Amino acid sequence: MTLRPDLAAIAAHVAPGSRVLDIGCGDGALMAELESVSGCDARGMELDGALVERCVSRGLSVVQGDANLDLANYPDKAFDYAILSQTLQTATRPDLILDELLRVGRRAFVSFPNFAHWRTRAALMFGGRMPVTRALPVSWYETENIHHVTVEDFRDLARMKGATIERAWFFANEKQIGAPAANWRAEFAVFELSR
Amino acid sequence: MNAAPISQVYAIPEPLPLDSGQVLERAEIAYETYGTLAPDASNAVLVCHALTGDQYLASPHPITGKPGWWERMVGPGKPIDTDRHFVICANVIGSCMGSSGPASLAPDGEPYAMRFPVITIRDMVRGLVALLDGLGIAKLHAVVGGSMGGMQALSLAANWPERAARVLVIASTARHSAQNIAFHEVGRQAIMADPAWAEGNYYASDAKPDNGLAVARMAAHITYLSEAGLTEKFGRRLQDREAKGFGFDAEFQVESYLRYQGSGFTRRFDANSYLYITRAMDYFDIAEEHGGRLANAFAGTQARFCIVSFDTDWLYPTAESRHVVHALNAAGAKVSFVELSAPNGHDSFLLEHDQLDRVVKGFVE
Repeated sequence: MTLRPDLAAIAAHVAPGSRVLDIGCGDGALMAELESVSGCDARGMELDGALVERCVSRGLSVVQGDANLDLANYPDKAFDYAILSQTLQTATRPDLILDELLRVGRRAFVSFPNFAHWRTRAALMFGGRMPVTRALPVSWYETENIHHVTVEDFRDLARMKGATIERAWFFANEKQIGAPAANWRAEFAVFELSR
Repeated sequence: MNAAPISQVYAIPEPLPLDSGQVLERAEIAYETYGTLAPDASNAVLVCHALTGDQYLASPHPITGKPGWWERMVGPGKPIDTDRHFVICANVIGSCMGSSGPASLAPDGEPYAMRFPVITIRDMVRGLVALLDGLGIAKLHAVVGGSMGGMQALSLAANWPERAARVLVIASTARHSAQNIAFHEVGRQAIMADPAWAEGNYYASDAKPDNGLAVARMAAHITYLSEAGLTEKFGRRLQDREAKGFGFDAEFQVESYLRYQGSGFTRRFDANSYLYITRAMDYFDIAEEHGGRLANAFAGTQARFCIVSFDTDWLYPTAESRHVVHALNAAGAKVSFVELSAPNGHDSFLLEHDQLDRVVKGFVE
């Protein structure tokens, strides 16, 4: 199974044998990869019961829970990595989730769609309506993305939270691109943070 | 009740110490097994039964003739696959299907009745662990239980953490709530208010406290169902009549159903056992056994856990399962948790449910 590019970037940079918490783990694709390829001890959290059932059925340890509420029960630094892929922009309070991520994990990976990608900017500027693009395919009234964020916004938030950006990866057209002008050019971004 | 047990019976060689400080001498455990134990004894799955359940997990009940209580879950090619696993189900102590309980004979040759020591869930598990010792099973591939069976699974994991690699807990809790205790007390009072109960000494008598036991079962049965389930099944429909009779017969279908459930139950269950087992459940609070903090109970556990709740279960609601999950997370245990959607309340764990089947299969495999 081929991983989504942001998940593949994360999978490639998680140290083998680590303890990992994947928040918003979906169908468990990343967890399965981390367990089978990297020998990690992977745990997941997912809101959607049907997805949790699929994870458990394939032998993964996934808890049905809400990242906004249920992270509080994990001890400090319980994991080597806490991963939040494509979920930050759906959180009630992304800033508080980031705090929790950096509390339960020694390091954190965060991936999100970049709202400042040129297509999004163009759609808003010339269309005058909330963008519906390849990276953000759902209309404003039914999208789960309630806190759109850009690459630069995220850098600001990380700085504000006292987090160090260890590494970052950017993607457009399903391919990795360079860091220059990422806030214009990247459809998706992945950050590795520590604090 | 007092059926000649057709199950195998294991006589525990040592006196069984109990939480009350008493000991149970010459305790016996009646059990059924399905499948074949691997030479290295690595494929054993212990299924723990609920309050009024028994060891007839996947084989016909000797009194009612009905199929085993979880036959849809356990068998060749089923989610708990007896082609691969050696599945054990034992009657808990305190019960009445062949294991030592109040209906058993005390050393003086008379039934224990209320002289039987008050037991706890952990005492039941002590009996099960003794059986595993007798069967030569050092570590279970999995321990599985719903409702009170889930309490036993949690108790085993907390107190004998090296005895099970996987712990599957369905529609259960780590503690009995005030509401749980309250419903049980209604049942116990119904039994003890029946003149035929005779302070528990009815075994030699023709009259048994069946009326009290039936009422206890009726009250409990309501807690196993959901309001929506009852409404769908019975609504306000009348039973075998066109109009209200202005009397006190079972005029509504739901009344008739409950009476049927109550009287059917008295044919297969001992009233004193009902008192003892409900008391054991009411005493259940794993955190209390472990310094008041549930996470302590699971500190250092290497077992994998799977907790399942049902959205319409108001007896052991999802919040109780979440409480267990949070404690397991705090203890760093490997845990899965899912709340399944089902219309039938607490009883859902015994009924057809494809998602439950997939979760059980995926976890136990």
